[in-house]
Amino acid sequence: MIYNIPYIAVVALIMIGLYAVVFKRNLIKIVIGILLIENGVNLFLITLAFRQDSIAPIYRGTGSRLMSLPVPHALTLTSIVIGVAVLALMLSLIIHIYRHYGTLDARKIGREEE
Amino acid sequence: MNIIDDIILHSPALIVAIPLLGAFLTPLISKINDKVRNVFVISIVLFTSAIVLLLANDIYSACGKIHTYVFGGTAAITEGGFAVRILFEVDGLNIFMAIITTILAISGVIYSWAFMKENTGLDKYYTLYLLMIAGMFGMILTGDMFNFFVFLEITSIASCALIAFWTSKGKAVDAGFKYIVISAIGALFILFAIAILYGQYNALNMAVLASNIQFSFLDKIALVILISGLAMKAGIVPMHMWLPDAYGRAPASVTLILVGVTQASLYGALRMIFTVYGGKLTTTINQIGDVNIDLNLLLGIFIVGLALVTIFIGVLMALKENNFKRMIAFAAVAEIGYIILAIGAALTTVFSATDPRTGIMALKGGIFHILNDALDIGLLFLVAGAIYYATKETSLNRLGGLARNMKYTTIFFLIGLLAVSGMPPMNGFASKLMIYESTYQVNPILSIIAILCSILLLAVFVKVFHSAFLGPKLPKFDNVKEVPKSMLLAMGIIACIIIFIGLFPDLVVNNIVQPAVNALTNNSNYINNVIGGI
Amino acid sequence: MIEIQDFLRTLGTNSGFWNPLVWGIIIVIALLIAYIIRGRGKKEYKKQTEQTKVFLSGNPELEKEEMHIKASNVYWGFMESFKWLYTGLEKMHTGNVSDYILWFVVVIGIFFIILGVI
Repeated sequence: MIYNIPYIAVVALIMIGLYAVVFKRNLIKIVIGILLIENGVNLFLITLAFRQDSIAPIYRGTGSRLMSLPVPHALTLTSIVIGVAVLALMLSLIIHIYRHYGTLDARKIGREEE
Repeated sequence: MNIIDDIILHSPALIVAIPLLGAFLTPLISKINDKVRNVFVISIVLFTSAIVLLLANDIYSACGKIHTYVFGGTAAITEGGFAVRILFEVDGLNIFMAIITTILAISGVIYSWAFMKENTGLDKYYTLYLLMIAGMFGMILTGDMFNFFVFLEITSIASCALIAFWTSKGKAVDAGFKYIVISAIGALFILFAIAILYGQYNALNMAVLASNIQFSFLDKIALVILISGLAMKAGIVPMHMWLPDAYGRAPASVTLILVGVTQASLYGALRMIFTVYGGKLTTTINQIGDVNIDLNLLLGIFIVGLALVTIFIGVLMALKENNFKRMIAFAAVAEIGYIILAIGAALTTVFSATDPRTGIMALKGGIFHILNDALDIGLLFLVAGAIYYATKETSLNRLGGLARNMKYTTIFFLIGLLAVSGMPPMNGFASKLMIYESTYQVNPILSIIAILCSILLLAVFVKVFHSAFLGPKLPKFDNVKEVPKSMLLAMGIIACIIIFIGLFPDLVVNNIVQPAVNALTNNSNYINNVIGGI
Repeated sequence: MIEIQDFLRTLGTNSGFWNPLVWGIIIVIALLIAYIIRGRGKKEYKKQTEQTKVFLSGNPELEKEEMHIKASNVYWGFMESFKWLYTGLEKMHTGNVSDYILWFVVVIGIFFIILGVI
């Protein structure tokens, strides 16, 4: 049971994030929702890397003890970096949107007329 | 070993590396001079294209040849059995998509010279442009799941910034924001699915995954998320709404590449279905009475359903739309619908033991239509951009009589019109004929709806032709001139290829499309070639 | 390598075929017939006379801007008869990014039910 808690946290994070993206009006809250989803996925990757009784692959000379494969950690690092880039881009676009429309309400902007 | 062999050996890495390097050199080069920068960018793209063509020549020289390039090693799997090395692999389908990207990239860069000339910040524009091209090549050539996600994100970040390039317009920024939200969430879900697959098989390599996959419950979840995420990026109804916003507001030269990006996502979905899950497509999921419900049947029916909705809504919305670029965007949605209609129809029949010919033909039509769709829709977007450049109008309600001033643009528009609505002798007809005939054998209703929507598509563009090009010369457009030569050249390149494919369809189908179809249907060849028969 | 006769080959589609060359010959014949028919017409057309002027059932000619039929009026009848469909489609395209994601979640749900439950 105790090993399943991270997975429950992953699902909870993704669900909360999706809720924020779908039902929140404020663009910044939508961005926060995306970040929550991203953190959930990153947590999932990190959790997958864990094997019972294994040690981190940075120690040497521990004899026959199991080491966990560091690939998921590398993936998570890459994913975090990409996430930061996306976050910066989204926030800068939000600044521009606020300058143009004077509001951050997702329902008041965006509809194409003509 | 001579230099050509060396280049071919390292070509998958070079195809991605050269535009990537060029992208970050562009700001430096543009300190010198605008002309030098333009020459630099086009030479980077032409150089990449030359390598793509060399590689294509190599791939097509032998039937079923797969070029595998492993970064930092020779074997895909390390000693100890960890399939974690990043590798690029090129088979018939990859090289087919790469050729499409090449055509779009060359004409896009040439078109940008004149089209974007008035804008500031062009060094950043070209940097992002090359990044987008590099990301697309990466998505197309990679054989690694996580690498696919990384290139997907590179492409979406670059294209989002380019969609919002005209930041002085609120709508453009808004469209960019929508695009980044959609692609970020889509990509995160794809990463989630990749993590599920990694957690089960300890592998990120597509070939290793394909050889190990069990189709357990978790695999089902991964398949659902992968296909939905990639379908959203490809703009399939009902997840298409970002597409008209983004296509309609981006500069026309960017929209051209965006068409390629959606098709790269579609390629990703194909790769996931046919290669990664290819070995398990014929698993029986359930039995109802005596009828076996196989995975390929279920998937095929679902995709056909999505395709019909996509074609129908795309065409109907295009008929109503009065903004030129948004209208073409909806037509692009409908065209994507034709591709996935063919793929869905192929999925239901291609694995049948008695008669796989229908399925193969449907698949051929679908793959062929990817090429035709990119060219036709791309040409129409370039024409829309040319009209915007000449008149600064986007609404069709305020246009009229332009054929009198813009002769060449009108001719190019006519070519695009005939091609996109599937009129002979343009390329769209050949692929649509294949789609109609093969879907008719699956179910006649499918092809009836497809033909009906194709006629509606013709009606859509006849409306554009009437309201923008025909009619009396409007006084406010008296001093409208033909667009500059570089834009005409870009449109001319695409128009020539359209006519060439239209006149010699069998040549293209036999030499380019057939290897792609073989690569899709024969996934054991893929697995054996990449991981060396484990 | 590619030979010259490869350019002329017919594209076979299981039950049909398509060859632009045949199509081209037929078009040329059709144009020829049309030209012959045209040549048998009357030659009473005179340039720069009353014949060439616009005739709108006796109504005066409008301004050029008004003469041109606008794009939104071209398929007016079609739009009018399918209004029930288009109001629904209009409502669907809200332009709100949250709704786009909602559709994504809905599609995932439907797909999952199809694949997981059936």
